[in-house]
Amino acid sequence: MLLSEQVAIITGATRGIGLSIAKLFIAQGAIVYINGRDEKKVLTIVEQLNKENERAKPLIFDVSDERCVKEAFQQFYKQTKKLDILVNNAGVLDDALIGMVKKDQIERTFAINTFGALYTSQYAIRLMSRKKSGAIINISSIIANTGNSGQAVYSGSKAALIGITKSLAKEVAHLNIRVNAVTPGFIDTDMARSIPETMFQERVDSIKMKRIGHPDEVAGCVLFLASALSSYVTGQIIGVDGGMLI
Amino acid sequence: MSNQIMIKCFVDALGIPQETVEDYLEYNSIPQWDSVAHMQLVAALEEAFDIMLDTDDIIDMSSVAKARQILTKYDVAF
Repeated sequence: MLLSEQVAIITGATRGIGLSIAKLFIAQGAIVYINGRDEKKVLTIVEQLNKENERAKPLIFDVSDERCVKEAFQQFYKQTKKLDILVNNAGVLDDALIGMVKKDQIERTFAINTFGALYTSQYAIRLMSRKKSGAIINISSIIANTGNSGQAVYSGSKAALIGITKSLAKEVAHLNIRVNAVTPGFIDTDMARSIPETMFQERVDSIKMKRIGHPDEVAGCVLFLASALSSYVTGQIIGVDGGMLI
Repeated sequence: MSNQIMIKCFVDALGIPQETVEDYLEYNSIPQWDSVAHMQLVAALEEAFDIMLDTDDIIDMSSVAKARQILTKYDVAF
């Protein structure tokens, strides 16, 4: 198994890509802390994941609240004392044309998609630096590279993750902590299914492989970046988009 | 005992002689205590005392005396 006895935290892991990553990590032997804001939802997912083994654990906090992140990591530290992998997956999508974007939307999107990753990375790197080993994977988006009408805020928040990834990779490489990002394309999640049918088909048509991606296909790339298979890979942004952006 | 442990953390993280670890020694006052070494010092202190410092405390840790003061907040007895 690729992640035997490795300890991972995955933010926003109760559904979609985050949940797929959690399942794959557990299947590969990791102990996975499932993060989400909704306690009931997190506990339900943990219970489901633990039907086969006891490798899933709850870690309930709001990534956008620095105080909550700090308390959660302090609690996590008391329990485990080590962290091998952090996946910054928590994110929100709240589209609007620029003239109709509210200040609250901007603040909330950046607070979750961008600031949350910075807060968790701060604490994670401190834990990882003690044993001079670790992997951080940020889940960005293809939109960070291409932009999209109505997604100025979302794309900005996800593009920031790319800068954060490259900067952190440079800053902590000497500690043997690797920082990489994945930019998923059109992936079959609740988010993708929420768009109008005509737009959905247009998106699929724009993909070179002519199909929507599955969250498990993103998870596979994240597993590569989290495991020793990518031990000499850092500061990279890897597209998982079926050739949508070539 | 705690004081000796703290001093050892400074010695190891900053790579300076033990006799130079005095209360008045301040962050950025010597080339060895730069931001990179500061984070190594934080890691050493956290490991030695089995604690996890707040980010604000890391930023506030501006001298040896201040480090001691901050550590007492985490139930480290001097």
